[in-house]
Amino acid sequence: MYKYIIRRILVFIPMLIVLSMIIFGLAKAAPGDPFTGRMLDPTIDPEVYEQQRDALGLNDPVPVQYVNWAARMVTGDFGESMYYKGRSVASLIWERMPNTLYLGLFALAITLIVSIPIGIYSARNPYSIFDYGATTFGFFGLAVPNFFFGLIAIYLFAIKLGWFPSQGTITGTDVAGFQEFFDRIHHMVLPGITLGLAGTASYMRYMRSEVLDVLSSDYIRTAKAKGMSDRNVLYKHTLRNAMIPIITLMGFEFGALLSGAIITEQVFSYPGLGTLFINSITNRDYPIIMAIALLLGVTILIGNLLADIFYSIVDPRIRYD
Amino acid sequence: MKSHKKSKRAQSPFQLALRRFVKNKLALAGIIVLVLITLGAIFAPLLTEHDPTYGDLLKIEKAPTDEHLLGTDGSGRDNFARLLYGARISLIVGFSAMLFTLVIGVVLGALAGYYGGKVDNLIMRLADLILAIPFLVLALTIIALLEKVTITIFVTVIAVTTWPSLTRIVRGTFLSLREQEFVLGARAIGASDLRIIFKHFIPNAIGPIIVNATLMMASMIIIESALSFIGMGIPQPTPTWGNMISEAQNIRILRNHPEAWIPPGLGILLTVLAINFIGDGLRDAFDPKSNRR
Repeated sequence: MYKYIIRRILVFIPMLIVLSMIIFGLAKAAPGDPFTGRMLDPTIDPEVYEQQRDALGLNDPVPVQYVNWAARMVTGDFGESMYYKGRSVASLIWERMPNTLYLGLFALAITLIVSIPIGIYSARNPYSIFDYGATTFGFFGLAVPNFFFGLIAIYLFAIKLGWFPSQGTITGTDVAGFQEFFDRIHHMVLPGITLGLAGTASYMRYMRSEVLDVLSSDYIRTAKAKGMSDRNVLYKHTLRNAMIPIITLMGFEFGALLSGAIITEQVFSYPGLGTLFINSITNRDYPIIMAIALLLGVTILIGNLLADIFYSIVDPRIRYD
Repeated sequence: MKSHKKSKRAQSPFQLALRRFVKNKLALAGIIVLVLITLGAIFAPLLTEHDPTYGDLLKIEKAPTDEHLLGTDGSGRDNFARLLYGARISLIVGFSAMLFTLVIGVVLGALAGYYGGKVDNLIMRLADLILAIPFLVLALTIIALLEKVTITIFVTVIAVTTWPSLTRIVRGTFLSLREQEFVLGARAIGASDLRIIFKHFIPNAIGPIIVNATLMMASMIIIESALSFIGMGIPQPTPTWGNMISEAQNIRILRNHPEAWIPPGLGILLTVLAINFIGDGLRDAFDPKSNRR
């Protein structure tokens, strides 16, 4: 197992480097100096222009530029925003990051709490009315675009019924403590459900088929033959084995969750990384675009790495080869 | 052996799959819905006399009337016409993005799976990398660098960022086929690489390829609509379902004109559901072992 984990980490490092090279390559294709955020004016005196380029290191050989850029990225220096004058990209990102993190965790919590029990219940009562209902829900959950679902949610629950706010993270600035906490949760309900919908549908389908698979395996029959209670068979044998693939799925779905957050935040005008990313694309604010792309890419790589490591811990049969 | 004589002509695996497929009611319903939507898209000019890109600034955000069945949008364009013509663009973009991705995915997957070794390593590491960056982030970053987005560019961006999942599937099938003895036999009688790939590998891998291509088309349609919704897809005034729904980002339209944004949303939902049913039907048809509903 340790050997596997070490080898997996060793594969992670070159992937991280190539990921950064891709982002760097994309950034090089952008106009101006996308790394520090200073826009160069090519109409000025060519000599001054060259001096400025020299000062920014833009005339260095590309590998040198890459190394310098990577060194800055590692220390958290993402340059300055082109659009929000005088603001560092890092400060803009740190400001938005918690909102996206909370929303993502909230959506993930909803997904797991809803999908796993439903998947288990469906598998234990296959072809029942409940199972058909759940399967139908699964089909719709996977087919409906999340922005459309979000708009429907706003239309019904915010506009028509007025139960939840339709945008933002908080009502005012004069709330504090518990009140603030509940206000934030209240704002997260609609975007959280919207973001969690697709995940809920796919985890549910997965859980159902995994539990069905495990239930028909020999060791479950043995456990039942020994006279083990249904409850124990379910918790001690079935779920433990059925959860293993779900862990891998979480590694992959993590990326989908982040991508979904970009769109969902836009629908609910939720001030997170997603809205910052889209606004920056509209404003052609390249330093922010590249920093967020790098950040999300690294997050996903780490997510996959953790999923693989965790997988090798819970399922000792896995070997790297 | 006796029963063999009595039985009808032997059926190819493809015919067997087709027989299983037509027995699947959901998949047939999916085909019917998809055909209806496609007909609506093809015969759009016969079903409405309005130009989907012409905006009458004197008639902005009008409620439905006999002339404008679904009212008009924020620029005075007829919503019903946009719904029909939007189906055209959404289906064309979905289909061509799928086809383009299919070509890249199958060619690279075939190269990786057939030749193995260094070629395989190179292609698969590239695939891993692209899979590591969330699709939407990569696509949006590329779009951010472009001056102008056209349908061709858009389709290319989608294909370039989504081929890895298909490549993995094709490669996996090819790797397992490579070890089989009939391939050794083919090679022993002097079949060329190309002949082996086209005569033996692709027919054996066609099931998973078709199934995944079908399901991929559904996700392409969602991707197109999502990107158009946030204003990063096919630019206005070209009608697409995503562009129509993006009008609802204006709270006034969201609140007062559900007839403007709900139909294109339902259009996407129905199309994607139909394609998914067809894809699931094909999966069950090609793989009788899978008993997924």
